[in-house]
Amino acid sequence: MPTKIEKDSITGTNTTGHEWDGLKELNTPLPKWWLYVFYATIAFSIVWMAIYPSLPVTGARGLSGWTARGAIGPALEAEKAAREPMLAKLRAATPAQIAADPEMRAFALAGGRIAFANNCAGCHGAGGQGAPGGFPSLADDDWLYGGSFDAIQHTIRHGVRNGESDEARGVAMPRFQADGLLKAEQVADTAEYVLSLTGRATDAAAAQRGGQVFAENCVSCHGEKGEGNRDMGAPRLNDQVWLYGGDKASLMRSIGWSRAGVMPSWGGRLDPATVNMLTVYVHALGGGE
Amino acid sequence: MAVAGYAGPASGPAPAQDFDMVDGPIKAFAIATVFWGVVGFLMGALIASQLAWPLLNLDLEWTTFGRLRPVHTSAVIFAFGGNAMFCTSLYVVQRTCRARLFGGDDMGWFLFWGYQFVIVTAALGYVLGVTQGKEYAEPEWYVDLWLTVVWVAYLIAFGGTLLRRQEPHIYVANWFYLAFIITVAMLHLVNNTALPVGAGTGKSYVVWSGVQDAMIQWWYGHNAVGFFLTAGFLGMMYYFIPKQAERPVYSYRLSIVHFWTLIFLYIWAGPHHLHYTALPDWAQTLGMVFSVMLWMPSWGGMINGLMTLSGAWDKLRTNPALRFSVTAVGFYGMSTFEGPVMSIKAVNALSHYTDWTIGHVHSGAMGWVGFVTFGAMYYLFPKLWRKTGLYSEKLVSWHFWLATLGIVFYITAMWVSGIMQGLMWRAYDELGFLQYSFVETVAAMHPYYVIRVLGGLLYLSGALIMVYNLWMTVRSESLAETHAVAAGGFVPAAAE
Repeated sequence: MPTKIEKDSITGTNTTGHEWDGLKELNTPLPKWWLYVFYATIAFSIVWMAIYPSLPVTGARGLSGWTARGAIGPALEAEKAAREPMLAKLRAATPAQIAADPEMRAFALAGGRIAFANNCAGCHGAGGQGAPGGFPSLADDDWLYGGSFDAIQHTIRHGVRNGESDEARGVAMPRFQADGLLKAEQVADTAEYVLSLTGRATDAAAAQRGGQVFAENCVSCHGEKGEGNRDMGAPRLNDQVWLYGGDKASLMRSIGWSRAGVMPSWGGRLDPATVNMLTVYVHALGGGE
Repeated sequence: MAVAGYAGPASGPAPAQDFDMVDGPIKAFAIATVFWGVVGFLMGALIASQLAWPLLNLDLEWTTFGRLRPVHTSAVIFAFGGNAMFCTSLYVVQRTCRARLFGGDDMGWFLFWGYQFVIVTAALGYVLGVTQGKEYAEPEWYVDLWLTVVWVAYLIAFGGTLLRRQEPHIYVANWFYLAFIITVAMLHLVNNTALPVGAGTGKSYVVWSGVQDAMIQWWYGHNAVGFFLTAGFLGMMYYFIPKQAERPVYSYRLSIVHFWTLIFLYIWAGPHHLHYTALPDWAQTLGMVFSVMLWMPSWGGMINGLMTLSGAWDKLRTNPALRFSVTAVGFYGMSTFEGPVMSIKAVNALSHYTDWTIGHVHSGAMGWVGFVTFGAMYYLFPKLWRKTGLYSEKLVSWHFWLATLGIVFYITAMWVSGIMQGLMWRAYDELGFLQYSFVETVAAMHPYYVIRVLGGLLYLSGALIMVYNLWMTVRSESLAETHAVAAGGFVPAAAE
């Protein structure tokens, strides 16, 4: 076998004598520090495997007796035990009672804040400011279903038009044009009338014709002056707060095809203490009654 | 390693020369490497932008992040990295064995077109929503089967060339390439063991289920890193760094020890992807300690790469392509230290599921895999097309600094973002409530997502400079005019 061991002039180390396509190798020994650190990681691993579970045998544990479940379980129990007295009080009290007690109120606002951020903010916004497209603001005093503690608690518990129970909020508004209840020009006239409720009508004759239609079809829910009805969840039409836009085209779309916002019921998803904390938190956002 | 193929210099045929070797398919693989690299970097910049500005999902199912993300990962790992592997392994094995590729040009072209077909069918599937839902193994069974055919042919071509060699020993680069080919075959077959739902359907379900499936998936996933992106590219390093530095490999003994320790230890480290999950405690312990033990075997490769430059460090000033290869080894050393650190359970409790992981994988992918490949391509294009040198060394420098700056932006942004994210997730107030909601952590990460986009764009622009430089190199005057075909100066080596 042709081996031609040479001495490398730069490092003074011999080559192995092999050559491939002009490539050679030095026969440098393993760097000592490299070898010792490698041994150290092996020693560390052996010790670690003795301390922690490392055998594929059911129930086998290391010298420390540590298990992942054993480590997390007691910590969770301790956390739960520390909070349970306060949570029990929050479950037993009404939201109004919680708001009246400084200690419970502080706890409820802290818990309500994070529960709101993780469950409600996706639709209602980080500060409860709402969003265009049917997500109402919770930070103003324009309530669809009422802003008292009881009303807010009911809405959170049962939600809106979710078909989950009879307790859910909201009734369905008819689709006046889509279902042939009104003609297209009647819908346009009605929209013009609704605009007139906030002084924005530009065609007095159309608004007058629309007033007739409104009186026959809309007042039973939205009220004679468009003041809304909280029992139905019918929004006020004589203010400038619009869930789906207040321009004429949006109004015609709302009248002709209806709108029906949906909210899940949280009573079965969150525990009663959290629902109460959320109620107090939402009430405190700015519009509580 | 057997030496069965060694025929002895006296009795064997005359040493193979460059013109005997199969070069046509290798040129095609080199072009594909650069092409898919640009595609992969472009997709990366796009999906990074989607994370920063979700409107860019365009509200179309085909362009959402969920579908384009596997296009990015597969494009960079399997298309860019895979073509680079085919290209360099077939180039290196012929030269270091002094033997023509087993199966000749036909084999080379079959591998080339077969592999491109895998890439295109996989990518089409991703965009159209066809996936088996396993990370880095998304293609459905029909692509998997075809890849198996191509891969077995690859093993035959590579192994056959080794057996034909005219050298008594097998060069270290080929150990790594062979380990890569064999292990990837095993990983691919086991992780993709699936049953189609019915005849004539693309949908299948993997045979493994539950925590066993998770374990096999990450045994596969981690060793895709260990054998595809590490062992294979170490093979590349062991040829192109000594070639460019014109120095012998630092230590033969180190190469043996770090090769076998790396191969033995890597295959056990997968469970560190499943810390604090339903995976049994004992498997998590093993995943961690095997990862810690991997530190030095990985660094053995780094030492051998860097120390090969002793006596030739001055070449870094004059050879910007070598600068890529050497910086790659630096990034390799950095990410193979970071990896064991992140596998420690207490660290993993913070880093897992955060952007830190993304930053870690990109310091490896952009810094190590990308740079060592760029270095090899800058060396290979003039060689394969028989040019005196590159069109412009200065443009290589521009590529180097743009890409380096891009990586620095990328990984620092992900470190900050990831550690912040992990700390925000675990922050509690004094009453025991979470300090931050999930969406607040997303909002906090936004600036770092924008910085990441900037880093990705810098990296991409460097790659575009490379494309221009290599294109102009191919079009430049040939070294041996007698071989040149007049039109465009192309030299079809395969036809010589």
